[in-house]
Amino acid sequence: MAERLLEVEDLQVSFATEDGVVRAVDGVTFTLDRGEVLAIVGESGSGKSVTSMTLMGLTRGPNARFAGSAKLKGKELLTASEEDLQHIRGAEIAMIFQDPISSLSPVHRIGDQIVEQIRAHDKKVSKGEAFDHAVELMERVGIPHARARARAFPHEFSGGMRQRAMIAMALSLSPSVLIADEPTTALDVTIQAQILAEVKTLKEHSDSGIIFVTHDLGVVADIADRVIVMYAGRVVEQGTLDEIFYDPQHPYTWGLLGSVTRMDRDPPKRLPSIPGLPPSLIRAPRGCHFRPRCPHEFERCAEVPPLEARVAEAPDHLDRCWLEVEDKRTRREIEGRIGLVRDAA
Amino acid sequence: MGRFIVRRTLSAAALLFATSVVVFGIFEVIPSYNPGRAIAGRNATPQTVAIVNKKFGFNQPFYRQYLNTMKLIFTGQIVDYQDQLNVVSEFKSRFPATLSLVIPAALIWLIAAIILGSVSALRAGRFADKALMVMAIVGVSIPVFLLGAVLLYLLAYKLTIFPNTGYVSLTSNPAQWAYYLILPWFSIALLSIGFYSRVLRSNLLDMVNEDFVRTAKAKGLSQQRVFRRHVLRNSLMPILTMFGLDFATLLGGAALVTETLFNIPGVGQYEATAIGNLDVPPILVGAMFTAFFVVLFGALIDVVYALLDPRVRLTG
Amino acid sequence: MSEERNQGAAETQELREAARSLAGTGKPMLEAEHVQLYFPVKKGILVDRTIGHVHAVDDCSIALREGETLGIVGESGCGKSTFARCMVRLLEPTAGVIRFRGTDITHLGRRKLEPIHREAQLVFQDPVSSLNPRKRVGQIVGTPMKLHGVKGQNGVEDRVRELLGRVGLNPEHINRFPHEFSGGQRQRIGVARALAVDPRLIVLDEPVSALDVSIQAQVINLLDDLQDDFGLSYVFIAHDLSVVRHVSDRIGVMYLGKIVELSPAKELYTKPIHPYTQALLGAIPIPDPEENRARERVVVGGEPPNPVDPPTGCRFHTRCPHATDICKQVEPPLAEYPGGHLAACHHPQNVTEEEVTNAGRSPLSPLVAGGLLPNGKEVPVPQADTNGAGGGLAARLKRIAPG
Repeated sequence: MAERLLEVEDLQVSFATEDGVVRAVDGVTFTLDRGEVLAIVGESGSGKSVTSMTLMGLTRGPNARFAGSAKLKGKELLTASEEDLQHIRGAEIAMIFQDPISSLSPVHRIGDQIVEQIRAHDKKVSKGEAFDHAVELMERVGIPHARARARAFPHEFSGGMRQRAMIAMALSLSPSVLIADEPTTALDVTIQAQILAEVKTLKEHSDSGIIFVTHDLGVVADIADRVIVMYAGRVVEQGTLDEIFYDPQHPYTWGLLGSVTRMDRDPPKRLPSIPGLPPSLIRAPRGCHFRPRCPHEFERCAEVPPLEARVAEAPDHLDRCWLEVEDKRTRREIEGRIGLVRDAA
Repeated sequence: MGRFIVRRTLSAAALLFATSVVVFGIFEVIPSYNPGRAIAGRNATPQTVAIVNKKFGFNQPFYRQYLNTMKLIFTGQIVDYQDQLNVVSEFKSRFPATLSLVIPAALIWLIAAIILGSVSALRAGRFADKALMVMAIVGVSIPVFLLGAVLLYLLAYKLTIFPNTGYVSLTSNPAQWAYYLILPWFSIALLSIGFYSRVLRSNLLDMVNEDFVRTAKAKGLSQQRVFRRHVLRNSLMPILTMFGLDFATLLGGAALVTETLFNIPGVGQYEATAIGNLDVPPILVGAMFTAFFVVLFGALIDVVYALLDPRVRLTG
Repeated sequence: MSEERNQGAAETQELREAARSLAGTGKPMLEAEHVQLYFPVKKGILVDRTIGHVHAVDDCSIALREGETLGIVGESGCGKSTFARCMVRLLEPTAGVIRFRGTDITHLGRRKLEPIHREAQLVFQDPVSSLNPRKRVGQIVGTPMKLHGVKGQNGVEDRVRELLGRVGLNPEHINRFPHEFSGGQRQRIGVARALAVDPRLIVLDEPVSALDVSIQAQVINLLDDLQDDFGLSYVFIAHDLSVVRHVSDRIGVMYLGKIVELSPAKELYTKPIHPYTQALLGAIPIPDPEENRARERVVVGGEPPNPVDPPTGCRFHTRCPHATDICKQVEPPLAEYPGGHLAACHHPQNVTEEEVTNAGRSPLSPLVAGGLLPNGKEVPVPQADTNGAGGGLAARLKRIAPG
């Protein structure tokens, strides 16, 4: 069995603001093994980015409160000292961010930014050695003329090349966990496909565990082994890729699957949408957070459904919905495809 | 770079021209302004005034007077009306005193502001930050003449730690030089420390939320390194612009209150006297002197900007 | 109940399609002929000399019919937004002709454009920065009405309430500020503002790109309804082929300032002819794990070249998997395939030999493109009418970009 890298247990993150307490993450539980890609799917405000940044201690601050546990190879991250975290960041857990132009320092050369990371963790490496390593990494992620380009500044790179540089930087110390936070969202479609191909190569050739944060179910289908679906701070469903796509248990997942455009099929007459808006995380609805937008809600939804296995044959397929499994199978079927509601007008 | 120098030189010339015309023009329209009478003296006969007017060309049309004055300025022959001193040599001999006052004061306020602004940002919302904020507001709201006077009264007159007023040149006695200037330095610097440190603090707090700072943290850099290399460096740039302009105007004589109060024979003191007497030549030269420094430091700051930030290109 | 409604919806849909095809025979709403917009790149010591041009829009022609939705798709820097802004004369093209409902508006001055701008509105991508944060919704939506003198003073507020209701917002929120709304709601405000002056045409510049998926669908459906209710024409700009599919009757694909393919919407997805269109389609993953695993995905390498110095011949040749020597040398004209499907490619994909043989040169082809069709036939390039603007363009093109 592959080595267990991460064990997250009932993670809770909240931020105190002037308007009240924002419960950004409310009960997230998952594991990550070596060599697998775990996708965290959700829309803005779902808590997917906060979850991944919390693993690196990047959400710490005077107004942040944490509960639960997040362990990297058995070592607790939530209570780790800032110094311990420094050793973990970049070396054990590395991160690729969404917007490569704002995520790279504008005033330092690309190569130097990679060198800085390498030398932050090992002072014995000389600048020259680190630079050579940086060039090697840049070549590996497909940056042409890497030695010359390493001396360029981020604004002299195109969006795609910047993201490649970010990936090179994240890989520089062969981290066990790689977190990619919407790495393709800010890029053009053809470049998106290139970066996605790059991440897939990575998946095949390294034994890191990858957490891929995204809102795009198409990308998920392309890359993930397992999927977590988040809504308004909570995990509403998690399971293997096929379980989520072919036997989705939560109405929110149905809604998401229903609203994705498929290039290979005729489009529906009317675009299926999820009615309403996501709730405020300060004054979230009682019970199931999706209840106000869910056409299938009933009395029991006023209670928070626990995240548990409800499909008999799939013990690792968890969801937070009170509906009966058999009932769900008929409700989600709309004209041969999965959707939230029959008349989505 | 060549383009930059050429363009800046041209804009400097244009600015000097505009400044001189405006300053000269202002006095032309001031109703109580009568240089001939001022030079001739209070009890002068109309004949004397007429002679003076003729000698100095005050009867000539505006543009002639302007051209004559410019010619005198650029040939270094201009004299002030009050004491018939050569204005250019007066500026030359007084400039070292102004430099002695302004350069150390600028260093004091810049360094202090960087330290205090950083502390304030790193301790945002805590006691140190709040205390510094109160100090900054007090510093900003006290006018320089009051602060200077209070310092003089307390430290020079009551406690006699520092000399009363006066100036000793650096070349004759460095220790005395510093001793005499400490109070003036601080009375200039204190105001700016408050203001600069507040601006830096807010720049720093904005910068901390930048994505690339998050990346720097995610790389596993120590907090100090993240702060020094990524946060502070980018936050200093707006401060630099302010600093360049403030420094330039002080060199041009904007420290006139401090110089007058502490009796420092700098260009500001000379300008203050000239303003009191409506003595056009020193005022005009002072304004052009300031404009020159403003352009020069504007250009220097742009060069520094381009060195610090590779995205910035030098444009004219 | 829902079934009935569904059937009703289907009928409306059919009616709508019929109406649209009828409208197609009607007068065009907007015609753009050989539109070109070059932005000068300047440099110099004393006086700025123009050392080159960004070829933002390079000889693009298109016609939009009444009630039609035209999708324009391309990646960043392809000139799609610039082209659309030229169409409604927010920018003045450097060459070419733009006719709005028959009137030549290419070089109209500010004053004369006012009535045009009332009829042709623009909705921006970013609903946060395009709404003034210091103004209340009532002012944001009401101001254009007052500027264009649509309603009397009393009528404005009532009309704003009505519009807010129409775009799915609470009319009671007329006195709120933009930041009190979510992204999707702000985009609805933007739409209401555009609708305020009773436009005929709305240019939608990536109106849903900044929104979450579930909200995107809501806004797209709203736009669809509004089109039916008000008989609007849309130009819908998008950076990928997923969203435009639902709204467009026809779709134009742009690459580096050129239209490379123009086709009825459905055709473009089932039968993409230009390799770039194929690349755009292939770049979007299928949200179905099994089919995704089964699919052989062709990822097009490289990045778009610099629009200051675009490649010779076909501009896509540097990245195209099918490129040959001819592609580097000769710019392909837009060839006409059955069903009003145009594509500018020497090696068309998804077409039968017969279709290639019968393909002719479309009059929408760029004037600078050669007459070499994919079937090897060299047709004469029509000499531009020297009196019309087209001739002027040819001359200008020579002047601006020698060679």
